[in-house]
Amino acid sequence: MPEMPGKPRGMSLVSLNGLTVTYGGNTVLSGVSLKIQEGEIVTVVGPNGSGKSTLLRSVIGALKPSGGSVTRTPHLRIGYVPQKLHIDPTLPLTVRRFLSLPVRVSDTRASEALEQAGAGNLAARQMSGLSGGQFQRVLLARALLSNPQLLILDEATQGLDQPGSAAFYQQIEKVRQEIGCAVLMVSHELHVVMAASDRVVCLNGHICCEGAPEHVASAPEYRALFGTGTQGALALYRHEHNHSHDHDCGHDHGRQHEAAE
Amino acid sequence: MTLLDDFLIRAALAGIGVALAAAPLGCFVVWRRMAYFGDATAHASILGVALALSFDVSIFAGVLATALAMATTVSALAGRGYAMDTLLGVLAHSSLAFGLVAVSFLSGVRIDLMAYLFGDILAVGRGDLAVIWGGAALVLALLWWRWSALLTATLNPDLAHAAGIDPRREQMVLTLALALVVAVAIKVVGVLLIAAMLLIPAAAARPFAATPERMAAIAALLGMLAASGGLQLAFVFDTPAGPSIVCLAAALFAASSAAGVVLQSHRR
Repeated sequence: MPEMPGKPRGMSLVSLNGLTVTYGGNTVLSGVSLKIQEGEIVTVVGPNGSGKSTLLRSVIGALKPSGGSVTRTPHLRIGYVPQKLHIDPTLPLTVRRFLSLPVRVSDTRASEALEQAGAGNLAARQMSGLSGGQFQRVLLARALLSNPQLLILDEATQGLDQPGSAAFYQQIEKVRQEIGCAVLMVSHELHVVMAASDRVVCLNGHICCEGAPEHVASAPEYRALFGTGTQGALALYRHEHNHSHDHDCGHDHGRQHEAAE
Repeated sequence: MTLLDDFLIRAALAGIGVALAAAPLGCFVVWRRMAYFGDATAHASILGVALALSFDVSIFAGVLATALAMATTVSALAGRGYAMDTLLGVLAHSSLAFGLVAVSFLSGVRIDLMAYLFGDILAVGRGDLAVIWGGAALVLALLWWRWSALLTATLNPDLAHAAGIDPRREQMVLTLALALVVAVAIKVVGVLLIAAMLLIPAAAARPFAATPERMAAIAALLGMLAASGGLQLAFVFDTPAGPSIVCLAAALFAASSAAGVVLQSHRR
Protein backbone atom coordinates (compact mmCIF):
# COMPACT_ATOMS: atom_id res chain seq x y z
CA MET A 1 0.00 0.00 0.00
CA PRO A 2 1.19 3.58 -0.54
CA GLU A 3 2.80 5.13 2.52
CA MET A 4 1.56 8.41 3.86
CA PRO A 5 3.97 10.91 2.38
CA GLY A 6 6.40 12.25 4.93
CA LYS A 7 5.04 10.10 7.72
CA PRO A 8 7.72 8.10 9.44
CA ARG A 9 6.38 4.78 10.60
CA GLY A 10 7.60 2.53 13.31
CA MET A 11 7.24 4.66 16.41
CA SER A 12 4.47 3.33 18.61
CA LEU A 13 2.18 5.92 20.12
CA VAL A 14 0.56 3.49 22.49
CA SER A 15 1.55 0.01 23.44
CA LEU A 16 -0.50 -2.37 25.52
CA ASN A 17 1.45 -5.13 27.12
CA GLY A 18 -0.52 -8.09 28.44
CA LEU A 19 -3.32 -5.72 29.46
CA THR A 20 -5.83 -7.29 31.84
CA VAL A 21 -8.88 -5.41 33.13
CA THR A 22 -11.32 -6.71 35.70
CA TYR A 23 -14.65 -5.12 36.57
CA GLY A 24 -16.21 -6.24 39.84
CA GLY A 25 -14.80 -9.77 39.64
CA ASN A 26 -15.35 -10.17 35.89
CA THR A 27 -12.32 -10.29 33.68
CA VAL A 28 -13.24 -8.13 30.70
CA LEU A 29 -9.87 -8.16 29.01
CA SER A 30 -7.07 -10.62 29.52
CA GLY A 31 -3.53 -10.51 28.18
CA VAL A 32 -4.13 -8.01 25.40
CA SER A 33 -0.97 -6.85 23.68
CA LEU A 34 -1.29 -4.24 20.96
CA LYS A 35 0.84 -1.49 19.50
CA ILE A 36 -0.44 1.50 17.61
CA GLN A 37 2.03 3.05 15.22
CA GLU A 38 2.07 6.60 13.97
CA GLY A 39 -0.37 7.30 11.20
CA GLU A 40 -2.07 3.89 10.97
CA ILE A 41 -5.75 3.09 11.21
CA VAL A 42 -6.46 0.25 13.60
CA THR A 43 -9.98 -1.04 13.94
CA VAL A 44 -11.12 -3.21 16.80
CA VAL A 45 -14.08 -5.42 16.01
CA GLY A 46 -15.83 -7.80 18.33
CA PRO A 47 -19.29 -8.79 19.57
CA ASN A 48 -21.10 -6.92 22.32
CA GLY A 49 -19.43 -7.34 25.68
CA SER A 50 -16.12 -8.32 24.09
CA GLY A 51 -14.30 -5.47 25.85
CA LYS A 52 -13.90 -3.08 22.92
CA SER A 53 -14.87 0.02 24.85
CA THR A 54 -12.88 -1.17 27.85
CA LEU A 55 -9.84 -1.36 25.61
CA LEU A 56 -10.31 2.21 24.38
CA ARG A 57 -10.95 3.51 27.86
CA SER A 58 -7.74 1.86 29.05
CA VAL A 59 -5.85 3.55 26.23
CA ILE A 60 -7.08 7.02 27.22
CA GLY A 61 -6.37 6.26 30.88
CA ALA A 62 -9.94 6.24 32.14
CA LEU A 63 -9.47 2.69 33.45
CA LYS A 64 -6.62 1.34 35.50
CA PRO A 65 -5.32 -2.03 34.30
CA SER A 66 -5.45 -4.79 36.89
CA GLY A 67 -2.60 -6.52 35.09
CA GLY A 68 -0.11 -5.70 32.37
CA SER A 69 0.67 -2.18 31.28
CA VAL A 70 -0.40 0.65 29.03
CA THR A 71 2.45 2.79 27.76
CA ARG A 72 1.81 6.05 25.97
CA THR A 73 4.39 8.17 24.19
CA PRO A 74 5.22 11.12 26.44
CA HIS A 75 2.88 14.09 25.80
CA LEU A 76 0.77 12.04 23.44
CA ARG A 77 -2.03 14.20 22.05
CA ILE A 78 -5.22 12.16 21.97
CA GLY A 79 -8.41 13.23 20.26
CA TYR A 80 -11.30 11.25 21.68
CA VAL A 81 -14.69 10.81 20.04
CA PRO A 82 -16.91 9.08 22.60
CA GLN A 83 -19.44 6.38 21.81
CA LYS A 84 -22.36 8.59 22.56
CA LEU A 85 -22.59 11.78 24.44
CA HIS A 86 -25.83 12.46 26.16
CA ILE A 87 -26.13 16.17 26.67
CA ASP A 88 -28.72 16.87 29.28
CA PRO A 89 -31.38 19.19 27.88
CA THR A 90 -31.03 21.28 31.03
CA LEU A 91 -27.52 22.24 29.91
CA PRO A 92 -27.54 25.05 27.35
CA LEU A 93 -24.54 24.64 25.11
CA THR A 94 -23.75 26.04 21.68
CA VAL A 95 -21.47 24.11 19.37
CA ARG A 96 -18.95 26.95 19.60
CA ARG A 97 -18.93 26.84 23.40
CA PHE A 98 -18.65 23.07 23.35
CA LEU A 99 -15.47 23.31 21.29
CA SER A 100 -13.89 25.49 23.98
CA LEU A 101 -14.19 22.76 26.61
CA PRO A 102 -11.99 22.34 28.53
CA VAL A 103 -9.45 24.52 26.71
CA ARG A 104 -10.55 27.79 25.15
CA VAL A 105 -9.80 27.93 21.45
CA SER A 106 -9.81 30.90 19.11
CA ASP A 107 -12.73 31.42 16.73
CA THR A 108 -10.39 30.77 13.82
CA ARG A 109 -9.22 27.45 15.22
CA ALA A 110 -12.80 26.46 16.02
CA SER A 111 -14.15 27.16 12.55
CA GLU A 112 -11.11 25.44 11.04
CA ALA A 113 -11.81 22.28 13.01
CA LEU A 114 -15.53 22.42 12.17
CA GLU A 115 -14.65 22.80 8.51
CA GLN A 116 -12.23 19.87 8.73
CA ALA A 117 -14.90 17.71 10.29
CA GLY A 118 -17.47 18.70 7.70
CA ALA A 119 -19.56 20.70 10.17
CA GLY A 120 -18.70 24.16 8.92
CA ASN A 121 -21.98 25.98 9.51
CA LEU A 122 -23.00 24.62 12.90
CA ALA A 123 -21.11 26.91 15.32
CA ALA A 124 -24.12 28.84 16.59
CA ARG A 125 -26.43 25.84 16.97
CA GLN A 126 -27.44 24.29 20.29
CA MET A 127 -25.84 20.88 20.88
CA SER A 128 -29.18 19.39 21.90
CA GLY A 129 -30.73 20.42 18.58
CA LEU A 130 -28.28 18.62 16.28
CA SER A 131 -29.06 15.53 14.23
CA GLY A 132 -27.08 12.35 14.87
CA GLY A 133 -24.71 12.92 11.96
CA GLN A 134 -24.15 16.58 12.79
CA PHE A 135 -23.49 15.69 16.41
CA GLN A 136 -20.81 13.13 15.50
CA ARG A 137 -19.10 15.66 13.22
CA VAL A 138 -19.04 18.20 16.02
CA LEU A 139 -17.51 15.57 18.32
CA LEU A 140 -14.94 14.89 15.62
CA ALA A 141 -14.21 18.62 15.28
CA ARG A 142 -13.67 18.86 19.01
CA ALA A 143 -11.29 15.90 18.94
CA LEU A 144 -9.32 17.59 16.15
CA LEU A 145 -8.71 20.79 18.12
CA SER A 146 -5.80 19.33 20.03
CA ASN A 147 -4.10 18.51 16.72
CA PRO A 148 -4.08 14.88 17.80
CA GLN A 149 -1.42 12.30 17.07
CA LEU A 150 -3.98 9.64 17.87
CA LEU A 151 -7.68 9.91 17.12
CA ILE A 152 -9.82 7.49 19.12
CA LEU A 153 -13.37 6.70 18.03
CA ASP A 154 -15.69 4.54 20.09
CA GLU A 155 -18.56 3.24 17.95
CA ALA A 156 -18.69 6.72 16.50
CA THR A 157 -21.35 5.89 13.93
CA GLN A 158 -23.84 4.28 16.26
CA GLY A 159 -27.29 5.57 15.47
CA LEU A 160 -26.35 6.83 12.02
CA ASP A 161 -27.95 5.29 8.97
CA GLN A 162 -25.87 3.45 6.39
CA PRO A 163 -25.10 6.42 4.10
CA GLY A 164 -24.57 8.59 7.17
CA SER A 165 -21.94 6.33 8.66
CA ALA A 166 -20.25 5.74 5.31
CA ALA A 167 -19.98 9.50 4.88
CA PHE A 168 -18.63 9.84 8.40
CA TYR A 169 -15.91 7.26 7.80
CA GLN A 170 -14.97 8.99 4.57
CA GLN A 171 -14.57 12.16 6.61
CA ILE A 172 -12.29 10.35 9.06
CA GLU A 173 -10.21 9.01 6.22
CA LYS A 174 -9.95 12.50 4.75
CA VAL A 175 -8.92 13.94 8.11
CA ARG A 176 -6.29 11.26 8.49
CA GLN A 177 -4.88 12.18 5.10
CA GLU A 178 -4.81 15.85 6.07
CA ILE A 179 -3.22 15.72 9.51
CA GLY A 180 -1.59 12.29 9.41
CA CYS A 181 -2.83 11.14 12.81
CA ALA A 182 -3.18 7.51 13.80
CA VAL A 183 -6.75 6.31 14.23
CA LEU A 184 -7.93 3.73 16.73
CA MET A 185 -11.57 2.85 16.38
CA VAL A 186 -14.11 0.39 17.50
CA SER A 187 -16.98 -0.57 15.27
CA HIS A 188 -19.71 -2.95 14.33
CA GLU A 189 -19.99 -1.89 10.73
CA LEU A 190 -17.54 -4.36 9.41
CA HIS A 191 -17.50 -3.71 5.70
CA VAL A 192 -16.97 0.05 6.03
CA VAL A 193 -14.30 -0.49 8.61
CA MET A 194 -12.56 -3.15 6.60
CA ALA A 195 -12.20 -0.78 3.67
CA ALA A 196 -10.58 1.99 5.67
CA SER A 197 -8.32 0.11 8.07
CA ASP A 198 -4.65 -0.73 7.88
CA ARG A 199 -5.06 -3.34 10.56
CA VAL A 200 -8.04 -5.06 12.09
CA VAL A 201 -8.02 -6.53 15.56
CA CYS A 202 -10.68 -9.06 16.37
CA LEU A 203 -11.45 -8.94 20.07
CA ASN A 204 -13.42 -11.18 22.38
CA GLY A 205 -12.00 -10.68 25.85
CA HIS A 206 -8.65 -11.41 24.28
CA ILE A 207 -7.24 -10.83 20.82
CA CYS A 208 -8.58 -13.64 18.63
CA CYS A 209 -6.77 -12.61 15.50
CA GLU A 210 -5.34 -9.52 13.93
CA GLY A 211 -3.79 -8.40 10.72
CA ALA A 212 -4.63 -6.83 7.40
CA PRO A 213 -8.39 -6.61 6.78
CA GLU A 214 -8.38 -9.39 4.22
CA HIS A 215 -6.43 -11.69 6.49
CA VAL A 216 -8.76 -11.15 9.41
CA ALA A 217 -11.91 -11.53 7.35
CA SER A 218 -10.82 -14.98 6.28
CA ALA A 219 -9.44 -16.07 9.64
CA PRO A 220 -11.37 -18.96 11.23
CA GLU A 221 -11.45 -17.12 14.59
CA TYR A 222 -13.15 -14.17 12.96
CA ARG A 223 -15.69 -16.41 11.21
CA ALA A 224 -16.40 -18.18 14.45
CA LEU A 225 -17.30 -14.84 16.01
CA PHE A 226 -19.16 -13.17 13.17
CA GLY A 227 -20.13 -16.03 10.90
CA THR A 228 -19.62 -15.89 7.17
CA GLY A 229 -22.42 -13.40 6.60
CA THR A 230 -20.00 -10.52 6.47
CA GLN A 231 -18.38 -12.01 3.41
CA GLY A 232 -21.29 -10.60 1.46
CA ALA A 233 -20.58 -7.12 2.71
CA LEU A 234 -16.94 -7.45 1.87
CA ALA A 235 -17.83 -8.64 -1.61
CA LEU A 236 -20.09 -5.66 -2.08
CA TYR A 237 -17.22 -3.44 -1.20
CA ARG A 238 -14.90 -5.31 -3.57
CA HIS A 239 -17.35 -4.75 -6.35
CA GLU A 240 -17.16 -1.00 -5.75
CA HIS A 241 -13.42 -1.20 -5.89
CA ASN A 242 -13.34 -3.07 -9.19
CA HIS A 243 -15.80 -0.64 -10.61
CA SER A 244 -13.78 2.41 -9.72
CA HIS A 245 -10.66 0.71 -10.96
CA ASP A 246 -12.11 0.39 -14.44
CA HIS A 247 -12.49 4.07 -15.11
CA ASP A 248 -9.23 5.51 -14.00
CA CYS A 249 -10.40 8.17 -11.58
CA GLY A 250 -7.89 10.38 -9.84
CA HIS A 251 -8.65 9.85 -6.18
CA ASP A 252 -6.89 7.51 -3.87
CA HIS A 253 -7.92 3.87 -3.70
CA GLY A 254 -4.80 2.75 -1.94
CA ARG A 255 -6.42 1.37 1.11
CA GLN A 256 -9.02 -0.45 -0.88
CA HIS A 257 -6.30 -2.13 -2.89
CA GLU A 258 -4.98 -3.64 0.25
CA ALA A 259 -8.35 -5.00 1.25
CA ALA A 260 -8.85 -6.64 -2.08
CA GLU A 261 -5.44 -8.14 -2.54
CA MET B 1 -21.37 50.98 59.54
CA THR B 2 -24.71 52.30 60.56
CA LEU B 3 -26.22 50.68 57.54
CA LEU B 4 -25.55 47.21 58.94
CA ASP B 5 -27.35 48.14 62.13
CA ASP B 6 -30.64 47.68 60.36
CA PHE B 7 -31.67 44.03 60.70
CA LEU B 8 -33.54 44.19 57.40
CA ILE B 9 -30.45 45.35 55.54
CA ARG B 10 -28.44 42.58 57.17
CA ALA B 11 -31.10 40.06 56.22
CA ALA B 12 -31.18 41.26 52.62
CA LEU B 13 -27.38 41.10 52.35
CA ALA B 14 -27.42 37.59 53.82
CA GLY B 15 -30.05 36.42 51.36
CA ILE B 16 -28.27 37.99 48.41
CA GLY B 17 -24.96 36.44 49.46
CA VAL B 18 -26.45 32.96 49.67
CA ALA B 19 -28.29 33.35 46.36
CA LEU B 20 -25.13 34.56 44.64
CA ALA B 21 -23.28 31.36 45.52
CA ALA B 22 -26.16 28.90 45.49
CA ALA B 23 -27.50 29.72 42.03
CA PRO B 24 -24.38 28.99 39.92
CA LEU B 25 -23.68 25.88 41.98
CA GLY B 26 -27.34 24.98 41.52
CA CYS B 27 -26.76 24.96 37.76
CA PHE B 28 -24.34 22.07 38.23
CA VAL B 29 -26.82 20.38 40.53
CA VAL B 30 -29.40 20.65 37.73
CA TRP B 31 -27.07 19.61 34.90
CA ARG B 32 -25.71 16.63 36.81
CA ARG B 33 -29.14 15.64 38.15
CA MET B 34 -27.88 15.91 41.70
CA ALA B 35 -31.05 17.42 43.19
CA TYR B 36 -31.46 14.63 45.72
CA PHE B 37 -27.79 14.82 46.52
CA GLY B 38 -28.20 18.46 47.48
CA ASP B 39 -31.26 17.60 49.52
CA ALA B 40 -29.46 14.81 51.38
CA THR B 41 -26.47 17.01 52.17
CA ALA B 42 -28.77 19.73 53.47
CA HIS B 43 -30.83 17.35 55.61
CA ALA B 44 -27.72 15.83 57.13
CA SER B 45 -26.69 19.26 58.37
CA ILE B 46 -29.28 19.23 61.16
CA LEU B 47 -27.18 16.44 62.66
CA GLY B 48 -24.24 18.82 62.31
CA VAL B 49 -26.14 21.46 64.26
CA ALA B 50 -26.75 18.99 67.10
CA LEU B 51 -23.13 17.87 67.14
CA ALA B 52 -21.86 21.44 67.04
CA LEU B 53 -24.03 22.40 69.99
CA SER B 54 -23.07 19.39 72.05
CA PHE B 55 -19.34 19.77 71.41
CA ASP B 56 -19.54 23.52 71.67
CA VAL B 57 -18.00 24.31 68.30
CA SER B 58 -19.34 26.78 65.80
CA ILE B 59 -22.50 25.76 63.95
CA PHE B 60 -20.76 26.58 60.67
CA ALA B 61 -17.94 24.09 61.38
CA GLY B 62 -20.35 21.37 62.57
CA VAL B 63 -22.60 21.73 59.56
CA LEU B 64 -19.68 21.86 57.14
CA ALA B 65 -18.18 18.70 58.62
CA THR B 66 -21.40 16.66 58.53
CA ALA B 67 -22.34 17.89 55.09
CA LEU B 68 -18.93 16.84 53.81
CA ALA B 69 -19.14 13.49 55.61
CA MET B 70 -22.59 12.92 54.14
CA ALA B 71 -21.50 13.76 50.63
CA THR B 72 -18.42 11.52 50.77
CA THR B 73 -20.46 8.66 52.23
CA VAL B 74 -22.91 8.90 49.36
CA SER B 75 -20.08 8.99 46.81
CA ALA B 76 -18.41 6.00 48.44
CA LEU B 77 -21.58 3.92 48.67
CA ALA B 78 -22.82 4.76 45.18
CA GLY B 79 -22.79 1.87 42.77
CA ARG B 80 -22.66 -0.82 45.42
CA GLY B 81 -25.92 -2.49 44.68
CA TYR B 82 -28.29 0.33 45.61
CA ALA B 83 -29.85 2.76 43.21
CA MET B 84 -28.68 6.30 43.85
CA ASP B 85 -32.12 7.64 44.72
CA THR B 86 -32.71 4.84 47.23
CA LEU B 87 -29.35 5.43 48.85
CA LEU B 88 -29.92 9.18 49.07
CA GLY B 89 -33.43 8.71 50.41
CA VAL B 90 -32.16 6.39 53.14
CA LEU B 91 -29.28 8.64 54.12
CA ALA B 92 -31.12 11.97 53.87
CA HIS B 93 -34.06 11.02 56.00
CA SER B 94 -32.17 8.94 58.51
CA SER B 95 -29.62 11.67 59.09
CA LEU B 96 -32.44 14.18 59.52
CA ALA B 97 -34.10 11.83 62.01
CA PHE B 98 -30.86 11.17 63.87
CA GLY B 99 -30.24 14.89 63.96
CA LEU B 100 -33.65 15.63 65.41
CA VAL B 101 -33.20 12.91 68.05
CA ALA B 102 -29.70 14.15 68.87
CA VAL B 103 -31.01 17.67 69.35
CA SER B 104 -33.57 16.38 71.88
CA PHE B 105 -30.74 14.93 73.98
CA LEU B 106 -29.20 18.34 74.38
CA SER B 107 -30.40 19.32 77.85
CA GLY B 108 -29.79 22.77 79.16
CA VAL B 109 -29.35 24.25 75.73
CA ARG B 110 -32.35 26.14 74.55
CA ILE B 111 -32.47 25.85 70.82
CA ASP B 112 -35.13 26.88 68.46
CA LEU B 113 -35.36 23.93 66.10
CA MET B 114 -37.60 25.88 63.75
CA ALA B 115 -34.79 28.37 63.23
CA TYR B 116 -32.60 25.61 61.79
CA LEU B 117 -35.30 23.87 59.81
CA PHE B 118 -36.69 27.02 58.17
CA GLY B 119 -33.97 29.57 58.75
CA ASP B 120 -33.93 32.72 60.80
CA ILE B 121 -32.79 35.35 58.37
CA LEU B 122 -34.02 38.28 60.45
CA ALA B 123 -31.66 37.26 63.25
CA VAL B 124 -28.55 37.43 61.06
CA GLY B 125 -25.81 39.28 62.91
CA ARG B 126 -22.65 40.93 61.62
CA GLY B 127 -20.64 37.79 62.38
CA ASP B 128 -23.14 35.69 60.42
CA LEU B 129 -22.87 38.10 57.53
CA ALA B 130 -19.12 37.72 57.48
CA VAL B 131 -19.44 33.91 57.46
CA ILE B 132 -22.08 33.97 54.72
CA TRP B 133 -20.16 36.32 52.42
CA GLY B 134 -16.88 34.59 53.16
CA GLY B 135 -18.39 31.19 52.34
CA ALA B 136 -20.14 32.53 49.25
CA ALA B 137 -16.92 34.10 47.99
CA LEU B 138 -15.11 30.81 48.56
CA VAL B 139 -17.75 28.87 46.61
CA LEU B 140 -17.65 31.35 43.73
CA ALA B 141 -13.86 31.26 43.70
CA LEU B 142 -13.92 27.44 43.60
CA LEU B 143 -16.40 27.43 40.73
CA TRP B 144 -14.46 30.13 38.86
CA TRP B 145 -11.20 28.25 39.25
CA ARG B 146 -12.53 24.84 38.20
CA TRP B 147 -15.21 26.05 35.77
CA SER B 148 -13.92 24.46 32.56
CA ALA B 149 -12.90 21.21 34.19
CA LEU B 150 -16.24 21.00 36.02
CA LEU B 151 -18.18 21.57 32.80
CA THR B 152 -16.15 18.97 30.92
CA ALA B 153 -16.58 16.39 33.65
CA THR B 154 -20.30 17.19 33.76
CA LEU B 155 -20.58 16.66 30.03
CA ASN B 156 -18.91 13.27 29.99
CA PRO B 157 -16.39 11.59 32.33
CA ASP B 158 -14.50 9.94 29.48
CA LEU B 159 -14.10 13.24 27.64
CA ALA B 160 -12.66 14.61 30.86
CA HIS B 161 -10.22 11.71 31.16
CA ALA B 162 -9.07 12.17 27.59
CA ALA B 163 -8.36 15.83 28.41
CA GLY B 164 -6.37 14.91 31.51
CA ILE B 165 -9.10 15.89 33.96
CA ASP B 166 -10.02 13.54 36.80
CA PRO B 167 -13.84 13.54 37.05
CA ARG B 168 -13.72 12.27 40.62
CA ARG B 169 -11.69 15.26 41.65
CA GLU B 170 -14.23 17.58 40.05
CA GLN B 171 -16.98 15.72 41.86
CA MET B 172 -15.12 16.40 45.11
CA VAL B 173 -14.89 20.10 44.24
CA LEU B 174 -18.65 20.22 43.76
CA THR B 175 -19.18 18.26 46.97
CA LEU B 176 -17.07 20.74 48.89
CA ALA B 177 -18.88 23.70 47.32
CA LEU B 178 -22.21 22.10 48.17
CA ALA B 179 -21.21 21.58 51.79
CA LEU B 180 -20.12 25.22 51.99
CA VAL B 181 -23.39 26.49 50.55
CA VAL B 182 -25.39 24.34 52.96
CA ALA B 183 -23.33 25.62 55.87
CA VAL B 184 -23.86 29.28 54.98
CA ALA B 185 -27.48 28.94 53.87
CA ILE B 186 -28.78 27.21 56.99
CA LYS B 187 -29.30 30.53 58.76
CA VAL B 188 -31.05 32.08 55.78
CA VAL B 189 -33.52 29.48 54.52
CA GLY B 190 -33.00 26.52 56.87
CA VAL B 191 -32.13 22.91 56.00
CA LEU B 192 -35.48 22.04 54.50
CA LEU B 193 -35.39 24.79 51.89
CA ILE B 194 -31.71 24.97 50.92
CA ALA B 195 -32.21 22.72 47.93
CA ALA B 196 -34.81 25.19 46.68
CA MET B 197 -32.24 27.99 46.59
CA LEU B 198 -29.97 25.71 44.56
CA LEU B 199 -32.49 24.38 42.09
CA ILE B 200 -35.22 26.93 41.47
CA PRO B 201 -33.16 29.90 40.21
CA ALA B 202 -31.13 27.57 37.97
CA ALA B 203 -34.25 25.96 36.55
CA ALA B 204 -35.84 29.37 36.03
CA ALA B 205 -32.76 30.59 34.15
CA ARG B 206 -32.71 27.72 31.66
CA PRO B 207 -35.16 29.07 29.02
CA PHE B 208 -33.18 32.30 28.60
CA ALA B 209 -29.67 30.88 28.35
CA ALA B 210 -27.71 29.72 25.30
CA THR B 211 -24.48 28.95 27.14
CA PRO B 212 -23.69 27.52 30.59
CA GLU B 213 -22.10 30.79 31.69
CA ARG B 214 -25.18 32.79 30.84
CA MET B 215 -27.37 30.29 32.66
CA ALA B 216 -25.26 30.64 35.80
CA ALA B 217 -25.33 34.45 35.60
CA ILE B 218 -29.09 34.62 35.02
CA ALA B 219 -29.64 32.11 37.84
CA ALA B 220 -27.60 34.29 40.19
CA LEU B 221 -29.64 37.36 39.22
CA LEU B 222 -32.94 35.55 39.70
CA GLY B 223 -31.73 34.14 43.02
CA MET B 224 -30.79 37.58 44.30
CA LEU B 225 -34.10 38.98 43.10
CA ALA B 226 -35.95 36.20 44.93
CA ALA B 227 -33.93 36.76 48.10
CA SER B 228 -34.42 40.52 48.31
CA GLY B 229 -37.97 40.52 46.97
CA GLY B 230 -39.03 37.62 49.17
CA LEU B 231 -37.72 39.40 52.21
CA GLN B 232 -39.74 42.47 51.32
CA LEU B 233 -42.86 40.38 50.85
CA ALA B 234 -42.26 38.76 54.22
CA PHE B 235 -42.03 42.22 55.78
CA VAL B 236 -45.17 43.54 54.10
CA PHE B 237 -47.36 40.49 54.64
CA ASP B 238 -45.80 39.40 57.92
CA THR B 239 -44.95 35.92 56.63
CA PRO B 240 -41.94 33.71 57.51
CA ALA B 241 -38.91 35.05 55.60
CA GLY B 242 -37.19 31.87 54.33
CA PRO B 243 -40.34 30.30 52.86
CA SER B 244 -41.35 33.68 51.37
CA ILE B 245 -38.04 33.83 49.48
CA VAL B 246 -38.63 30.34 48.11
CA CYS B 247 -42.22 31.24 47.17
CA LEU B 248 -41.03 34.20 45.12
CA ALA B 249 -38.36 32.03 43.48
CA ALA B 250 -41.09 29.53 42.56
CA ALA B 251 -43.21 32.34 41.09
CA LEU B 252 -40.20 33.45 39.01
CA PHE B 253 -39.78 29.87 37.84
CA ALA B 254 -43.44 29.68 36.79
CA ALA B 255 -43.13 32.96 34.90
CA SER B 256 -39.93 31.88 33.16
CA SER B 257 -41.42 28.53 32.14
CA ALA B 258 -44.37 30.33 30.58
CA ALA B 259 -42.01 32.74 28.83
CA GLY B 260 -39.94 29.77 27.67
CA VAL B 261 -42.97 28.20 26.01
CA VAL B 262 -43.74 31.48 24.23
CA LEU B 263 -40.10 31.82 23.10
CA GLN B 264 -40.12 28.27 21.76
CA SER B 265 -43.26 28.77 19.70
CA HIS B 266 -41.92 32.06 18.34
CA ARG B 267 -38.75 30.38 17.13
CA ARG B 268 -40.69 27.78 15.20
